[in-house]
Amino acid sequence: MTLKTLWKSAALLMVLALAITACGGGQAEVEEPSEELKVAFIYIGQPGDLGWTYEHERGRLMLEEELGDQVETVTVPDVPEGPDAEKAIRDVVNNGADVVFTTSFGYMDPTLTVAEENSDVIFEHCSGFKTAENMSTYFGRIYQPRYLSGLVAGSMTEANLIGYVAAFPIPEVVRGINAFTLGVREVNPDAEVRVVWTNTWYDPVKEREAAEALLDEGADIIAQHQDTTEPQKAAQERGALSIGYDSDMAQFVGDTVLTSPIWNWGTYYVDTVGKVIDGSWETHQFWGGLADGVVELAELSPRVPADVASKVESEHTRIVSGEWDVFCGPINAQDGSVKIADGECMSDGDMLSMDWFVEGVVGTLEE
Amino acid sequence: MNIVFEKRLSRSRRAAVLVPIISFILALLFGSLILLAFGVNPLEAYRVMAVGSLGSQYALTETLVKAIPLMLTGLSVSIAFRMLFWNIGAEGQLAMGGIAATYVALFLSDSLPGALTIPTMVLLGMLAGAIWGLIPALLKAFIGVNEILTTLMMNYIAILMVEYLYLGPWRDPDGYGFPGTAPFPPEAILPRLVGRVHLGIIFAIIAAFIVWFVLSRSRWGYEIRVIGENQRAARYTGINIGKNILLVMLLSGGLAGLAGMAEVSGIARRLYQGLTVGYGYTAIIVAWMANLNPWAVLFVGFFMAALLVGGDQIQIALQTPAAVALVLQGAILFFVLGGWIFVNYRIRLLRPSEPAAADELS
Repeated sequence: MTLKTLWKSAALLMVLALAITACGGGQAEVEEPSEELKVAFIYIGQPGDLGWTYEHERGRLMLEEELGDQVETVTVPDVPEGPDAEKAIRDVVNNGADVVFTTSFGYMDPTLTVAEENSDVIFEHCSGFKTAENMSTYFGRIYQPRYLSGLVAGSMTEANLIGYVAAFPIPEVVRGINAFTLGVREVNPDAEVRVVWTNTWYDPVKEREAAEALLDEGADIIAQHQDTTEPQKAAQERGALSIGYDSDMAQFVGDTVLTSPIWNWGTYYVDTVGKVIDGSWETHQFWGGLADGVVELAELSPRVPADVASKVESEHTRIVSGEWDVFCGPINAQDGSVKIADGECMSDGDMLSMDWFVEGVVGTLEE
Repeated sequence: MNIVFEKRLSRSRRAAVLVPIISFILALLFGSLILLAFGVNPLEAYRVMAVGSLGSQYALTETLVKAIPLMLTGLSVSIAFRMLFWNIGAEGQLAMGGIAATYVALFLSDSLPGALTIPTMVLLGMLAGAIWGLIPALLKAFIGVNEILTTLMMNYIAILMVEYLYLGPWRDPDGYGFPGTAPFPPEAILPRLVGRVHLGIIFAIIAAFIVWFVLSRSRWGYEIRVIGENQRAARYTGINIGKNILLVMLLSGGLAGLAGMAEVSGIARRLYQGLTVGYGYTAIIVAWMANLNPWAVLFVGFFMAALLVGGDQIQIALQTPAAVALVLQGAILFFVLGGWIFVNYRIRLLRPSEPAAADELS
C-alpha cells in the first residue's frame, strides 16, 4: 500500500465517521442554565439486584415521578466501597449534582471528604453516623420489621435451626440479627439462629454459597442481610423456606419466601429533595421506623398460618403505638448473662453501636 | 488469489506512525456503532470522554492517579517480557507490596523515626513483591515449571492474603467491624503533589529510567535482550539463563511491589478492598502496546488511564450502562493491538503462480 492510498483510505474513513456520527447527532444540546435540581445516586450494586439497590432505585423513580420537571436524576451503579468511591462522588459533583445520595455504609468517609470540599452541595449518606453542615445521614429502624419476621420464622421452623446469611459484623447487621433472633425466641425459645458472614454486600455467588452451607448444617429457614435474592433462591431449590430482605422477595422468588422486612425510600427522597428546593433543608440524622413507613414488613406468604399472622399483627401494633420497642428488656446476651434489665430500653446511641449478640445466636463477631 | 502476510525486512517507520492512528480511528468508528445502538450521540460521548479524562486540571490529576500503578506494573512486566519470561503475576506482586507497606505503617511506624517510615515502606514493599516474583522464577530456573501458570496462580494467593488480613487479624479495632485496617499514621502517607497525584509518579519516572538504563546501557540488559531474541544462542555464548531469570524477576516483582506500596500509602491510606482491581493485568496490555519500551510504557500507561477515567465519565454524564464504556475500551485496545501486525508484516495479494516469501506468517 502506498502512502497515497493510505491517505485516501484514511480520508474515506473520516468521511464515514462524520456520516455515522451525524446520523446520531441533530440533538446536540446547547448547555442551558438548568432550572431543575440535579440529584445523584451512588449505588453499590445494580438496580437489577432486586434487593438493596433495587429499592433505592424505586425511591429515585418515585422522586422523578412526584417532582417531575423540578429534578433531574443520575445514577452511578457498581461503585465499590474502596478508594474509587471518593472519585465517583467527586465526579457527580463535578457534573453539576446539587444533591448526592450515597447509599452504602462504606461510602461514609469518602462522602464526608467530598462534602468538606463542596459546601454548596448537599450530601445524604445512608446508614452511617458522620454528619457535617452539608451532610446528613438517613436510615430506617429495619430492626422492627426484622423482629416481626423473626416471629414468623420462629413459629415455622421445624428443625429449630434458622440460617442467617450476613454481610459484615457491623452494628447495622448485628442489630438486625439480634432483633430477628429476639422475634424467633419470643415464639420459640428452643430455636437457634446460625450466622455466616460473607464480607460482601453484593455478591450473588457468595450469598448463595453461604445459604447452601447453612442448609447443609440443617437449617430449614434462611434469613439474610445481603443485597440480592440468591439466598432465597438457594433455599427454595432445596425445598426450604426463607425470610427475604430489602424488597418483597416473594414477588421474585415465590411463596417459599414467608415475608421480607422491606425499605420504602421514596417518601424520604421526595421530602428531602422538596426541602432542598424550598430552602428548608438542614443537616439531620433521620432514623425512621414502622410508624414512618420507611420500613415495613411485606405481606405474609399464604403458607403462614392465621395464628402466626395475628401474633405478627399484634406485635406490629404494639411497636407502632410506641409503647414498646424491640430492644426493651429483659434481654440476655449470647452467654446467657442479663444485658438489658426488665423495664429498660436501649438508647438510639447504644443501638447504633451494637457489638454483641443476644442469646440464641450461634456465631461470632470475629469474621 | 491468496492473501499472505509477509514479514517486512525492516520495520516500517511510516507504518509505525500511521497504523496506530488508523487503528484508533477505526476503533472510534466501531465504537460509534455501539454507542448509536444505545441511543447515544458518539461525538458527544467522545467529547465527554476526552474532556473527562484530559480536559481540566481535576480530570488530568485523576488520570495520573490511575496511570501511576499502570506505569509501575507496566514497567514490571515489560522487563520480564523482554527476556520472554511471561510474568502474569504483577497483580499478586503488587498485592504483596501493599501488604508489606501496610505492615510497616501499622506496626513499625511507632518505633521508626518519622522520616524513615516512607523509605522503609518503599524498601519492604519492593522486597515483598520481589520475593513473590522470585518463587516462580526459582521454579522456572531450576525445575522448568511453566511461569505463566505459577505467576497467575500466585496472584490468587496474594489477593486472598490481602483479604484475610484486612478482614481478620489486621481489621481496625475502632472500625465498627467494617473491613479494613486502621488508617495509616500521617508519616506513613505518601505526600501528594497536586489533587490526588502522589509521589508515586516520581517513582514511576525513576523506575522507567532504571529499566531503560539496565536494558540499553548495561551488560546485564544486553544479556536479557539476547535471551529474549534467541535463548539457544544465549546459552551458546555462555549467558547464565537461570541466573538472569532470578535477577529479572527480582526487579520485575520489586517494581510491582512498589506499585502496591504507592497505592496503599498514596491513595487508600489503609489496606482495604480496592487494592487489587486489575492493574497487574492491564499492565500486560500496556507493556505490549508500548512495545516493551520503558519510556513508551509511561505514555501508554497514561493513555490507558485516560481510557479508564474517560469511560467512567460517559457512564456518569450520559447514563450509559457501565458495560458500554468497557466495550468501548475493549474495542480501542483490540484495534490498536490488532493493528500492530501491519507494522511488522505487510499484506500481499498473491497470484497462484507467484511463490510466497520464505518467512511468511503461518
